[in-house]
Amino acid sequence: MMRITDHPILEDMEKRPVTITFNGVDYQAYEGESIAAALLANHIRVLRYSEKNREPRGIYCGIGHCYECRVTVDGKRSVRSCITNVRDQMCIESQDGDDS
Amino acid sequence: MKYDLIVIGAGPAGMSAAIKAASYGAKVAIIDENPSAGGKLLGQLHKEPKSGWWHGGKTARKMETNLRQTGVTCFQGKEVWAIYPRWKVFMNNGEELQSEYILIASGAAEKAIPIPGWTLPGAMAVGAAQTLTNYHRVKPGRKIAIIGVDPLSLSVAHQLKMAGVHVVGIFLPPDSVFSKDKSSPSKMISYLSSMAHAAPNLFFKMAGNLAKYPFIQHVGAKFYPRFGMKIWGIPLYLRKTVLEIGGAVQVEHIKVIPVSQEGIPNEDRVKTVDVDCVCISGGLYPLMELAGAAGCESVYIEELGGHIPLHSPEMETTQPGIYVAGNITGIESAKVAMEQGDLVGTTVAAKLGLVSCNLIDEAQENVIQARENAVITFQQNIAAGREKSQQYWKEYNSKGVKLYADS
Repeated sequence: MMRITDHPILEDMEKRPVTITFNGVDYQAYEGESIAAALLANHIRVLRYSEKNREPRGIYCGIGHCYECRVTVDGKRSVRSCITNVRDQMCIESQDGDDS
Repeated sequence: MKYDLIVIGAGPAGMSAAIKAASYGAKVAIIDENPSAGGKLLGQLHKEPKSGWWHGGKTARKMETNLRQTGVTCFQGKEVWAIYPRWKVFMNNGEELQSEYILIASGAAEKAIPIPGWTLPGAMAVGAAQTLTNYHRVKPGRKIAIIGVDPLSLSVAHQLKMAGVHVVGIFLPPDSVFSKDKSSPSKMISYLSSMAHAAPNLFFKMAGNLAKYPFIQHVGAKFYPRFGMKIWGIPLYLRKTVLEIGGAVQVEHIKVIPVSQEGIPNEDRVKTVDVDCVCISGGLYPLMELAGAAGCESVYIEELGGHIPLHSPEMETTQPGIYVAGNITGIESAKVAMEQGDLVGTTVAAKLGLVSCNLIDEAQENVIQARENAVITFQQNIAAGREKSQQYWKEYNSKGVKLYADS
């Protein structure tokens, strides 16, 4: 379980579940969380492959600065998954070296 | 659209300035590229000796409510793409805002320490792990190694532990041009000893631990135990470094090696430790690209974390009407950033004729107070850095250099 449900200091959050799709597979996420956080909660770390050497990449800086976590969202390319929140029925695809 | 003040960045500094100016009657807009206001407040969670738990997320929510109540126009999830004289702010949605006064409160980013394998998914900046854990409430990993010993990495180690994550240890980064002193056991021990006085909360337990072995502080790293010392139950290895991060498509292990007190690795004793996440901490630096692009003169001050825009005691840059506040002016705690924001909000309100100029002195005094009361100091010798900053400002002004004639 990647989600933190029982925290000694932070109180529980009220979260509304939504469904997102990543590379054609449905996953549960919660409103108000970033795409990167939602995918990590579903054990997904590899978000894209690099252009030149097709090396796997995931979230690095978490503040939208390094652009390593970019994904295609509803057909729009290079959206930074660390600073973009999920929406219900959002369709997310990883970016492959080939089509970059 | 015309505003009295445009604030760029809705972190502790930017929000404080916007709320302050708006509460005096200014028409204020605030722009921030994240989905929610708060900036780095959102992930902060630590205990302070007098006031108890500092929960940055709660503070951010309160300030966001204040923004709404004071009538600040919020452009959340929007980016600033350009600032042109004097002054037009262009956003990524094509919208243009105008104001005589701009506050750039863009905050800080983490310095990189490249380590072989650091691009593997699962390796991340320690600040990313902090946001995931305390804001999104998602574990960055099941078994985590932390590389880099500084106030932020130690604070995040504690937060991970509270969230039920297994932190296998805190290690030194390998020696490189990027890690510099951070890879030297003897330099890190003297650094930690010096910080024990400056940051009572964070280093209280560690100072206690070091006190158990008083000889360590005096004779340096030679006798630091190889098994590490525990802080909040997490091993702190000041005599071990991570040579590389490995895994097929994501992080699966790290290669750990003992080092001499000068940081030289003992190649015969490499050990592999299974982890699925590695948090790298290289320290923070002021994020001043936007100020630079707007033509603000900058200066490098090591004590403040890097290049900062030159600024007056009222936080105005070399570009008339462009102000700075928060970590863009030097790496300090959120409370200092908030007071700096208040100062800019008050100064701009005074320039607009909405309040008396006397309030500026008071706001300046509050910044100094917040600095003196700071529980966590991220940089050593902040006071010296601030003095240098003021000295550079005086020198700049005495030369009478002006980039743009007053219009």
